[in-house]
Amino acid sequence: MQAQPAAATRTGNRVLILGALSAIAIATARIYAKEGAALMLVARNSARLDALAADLRARGAASAETAAMDLEAEAMNAPAHMADWKRRLGGLDHVHLVYGYLGTQEQATASAAELARITASNYASAVQWCEAAANIFREQKSGSLVAVSSVAGDRGRQSNYAYGAAKGGLALYVQGLAHSLAPIGARAVAVKPGFVDTPMTDGLKKGGPLWASPEQVGRIMRRAADRGGPIQYAPGKWRLIMMIIRSVPSFIFHKTKV
Amino acid sequence: MAESFLPSETVTSWGRVVRASHRVARPRFADELPGLLSALSPADPALPIGLRRSYGDSNLNPGGPIIDMTGLDRVISIDRTTGVMRAEAGLSLSQALQLLVPAGWFLPTTPGSRFVTLGGAVANDVHGKNHHRAGSFGASVTRIKLLRTDGSAHELAPGDPLFHATIGGLGLTGIIEWVEFRAIPIPSAQLDAQDAEFSHVRDYFDLAAEAHTRAEHTMAWIDCLSGGAHLGRGILSSASWRSHGDLVPHREDPKLAMPIDAPGFTLNGMTVRAFNSVFHDLKRMRVGPYTTHYEPFLYPLDKIANWNRLYGRDGFYQYQCVLPPATARDGVIELLKVIAASGQASFLAVLKDFGAHPPAGLLSFPMEGTTLALDFRNIGTRTLDLMADLDRIVLSAGGRLYPAKDGRIPAAVFEAGFPKLQDFRGYVDRGLSSAFWRRVSG
Repeated sequence: MQAQPAAATRTGNRVLILGALSAIAIATARIYAKEGAALMLVARNSARLDALAADLRARGAASAETAAMDLEAEAMNAPAHMADWKRRLGGLDHVHLVYGYLGTQEQATASAAELARITASNYASAVQWCEAAANIFREQKSGSLVAVSSVAGDRGRQSNYAYGAAKGGLALYVQGLAHSLAPIGARAVAVKPGFVDTPMTDGLKKGGPLWASPEQVGRIMRRAADRGGPIQYAPGKWRLIMMIIRSVPSFIFHKTKV
Repeated sequence: MAESFLPSETVTSWGRVVRASHRVARPRFADELPGLLSALSPADPALPIGLRRSYGDSNLNPGGPIIDMTGLDRVISIDRTTGVMRAEAGLSLSQALQLLVPAGWFLPTTPGSRFVTLGGAVANDVHGKNHHRAGSFGASVTRIKLLRTDGSAHELAPGDPLFHATIGGLGLTGIIEWVEFRAIPIPSAQLDAQDAEFSHVRDYFDLAAEAHTRAEHTMAWIDCLSGGAHLGRGILSSASWRSHGDLVPHREDPKLAMPIDAPGFTLNGMTVRAFNSVFHDLKRMRVGPYTTHYEPFLYPLDKIANWNRLYGRDGFYQYQCVLPPATARDGVIELLKVIAASGQASFLAVLKDFGAHPPAGLLSFPMEGTTLALDFRNIGTRTLDLMADLDRIVLSAGGRLYPAKDGRIPAAVFEAGFPKLQDFRGYVDRGLSSAFWRRVSG
């Protein structure tokens, strides 16, 4: 049942996914599985990770290993964990950081703990993992990091500025990493999805042309590991939409409820 | 979690006749199911659904809770040496084929759409163009994991009464968590096919009987618009797996899509032209044998995403019945006469024979005989009256109708067609129901 022959382990396709149980992460991982990649999956729930790993092996992954971990809590140990996962994978070519926490602005405004959680999950812990990955890339002079940011990070809005600021900060951090890594040929990309039909957004009214599937975003995540600029919108039309939203003057913007 | 079921106005069946509110839960991991089930009660029964390719109301539960199983789409195991595959119920047949075909395996049988979940394939005991060889999908199912709202979990195998209630059980016997089935080996992804023309439907039966002796897949398209000397003229296509060739699966995404409902004034012309483009090759009979990938042969309509929108906002009904061998020829002729005279015919219908396999489930639709399927655009009572006329012909011929296609039959018609209905009632999970079930269970 270890589906594909070992020869399918292509050098250059050893992949670490942080937050592997999110819908976008699963869609991304399935693309890698079809390519015969070796995968290391990290998230909190070990039983769910095991089910996902079996699925990815059946879909062609050369290997799919798991590490059950709270990525927020373990962020200060990122360098050690990253080194361990690189060893278990036999190398490290792509790192996808997909975990995050949406929360609500209402709760963040009312509760310091909620605000701290939103900031820690989406920014403070995330940059530790990004920097740890980048340090490995600097040492090996190769590798790519793809982190999930959000279009919410492009303009502070009353409805979700806590989440937006954290995701926007993450994108800036990754953009800086891309600059830092460019001379050695390593890469860093912040992917900014718009509305995606995932459990994270289950409370919202869905459907219509602005909603994308996790599979669409997964294809962009996979491609971003190989090419494209440091900030990528998913799908690409959000670049234009956000350009317009950013350029609305505040005396108009402040009259809206968005 | 109290908010597991969220209000939705967008759940429709494939025929899109019924517009109703539902409360929808979308589990993504199997460990969420027990919690969802424990929240259900006979006073507010739920219904598990898949990709919503059933046409009528067997996949609707208006005003009630729905468990959308499509997020449970993980493969649990696939043994590429024996062809046994186990996967969560929400995996589509399309995805299963992506994994099976490159390893030289194929679904034991497949309906005319690959956008059907494994759970749906079991719950409707779906059939395909190879029924005369393979039987229905349920005949190849080796194991099922079923969860019931009383909190019990069952791993079921053939021979277990609850297994046979669940095959064709319309999702009413419990939530199917995963399905294990036996695939069939294929030498290539290509089919050797040929077409034969018949100028009157009475000639179909001998042609089909001959085709069954040599071909894995057979089915016929018939022209419902012609009458008289050309009543039910058509083309019988047959195909068998090509013994050599590549094992490349289909492209996953449809090339064309119907983005909006067809507006009423363009409806007929547009519908006919769109279907014509899909069936261009089929309608213009090919002379002599030809080779084709399985995708256009087995899944012609999957080329257009949301083709159901071609029937416009009011939706459509599909009518599918099966008549036993003794009455099939006269019965089909009579049905086609009534349909042609009504002026409501969709221009194409499908005719195919079922083999003499014992039914896999208590409510399995297939039985030995001939099945006729066609669409009727919903124009209200005239459509319903026509189908009631057809029901009378089907019943007097000793036939029955396919629940997966039905959105309107009365309890008496259903009961007359399914002699094991009384047995089945005993296996229904009282925390589950559907619009279809409430209508036919009286």
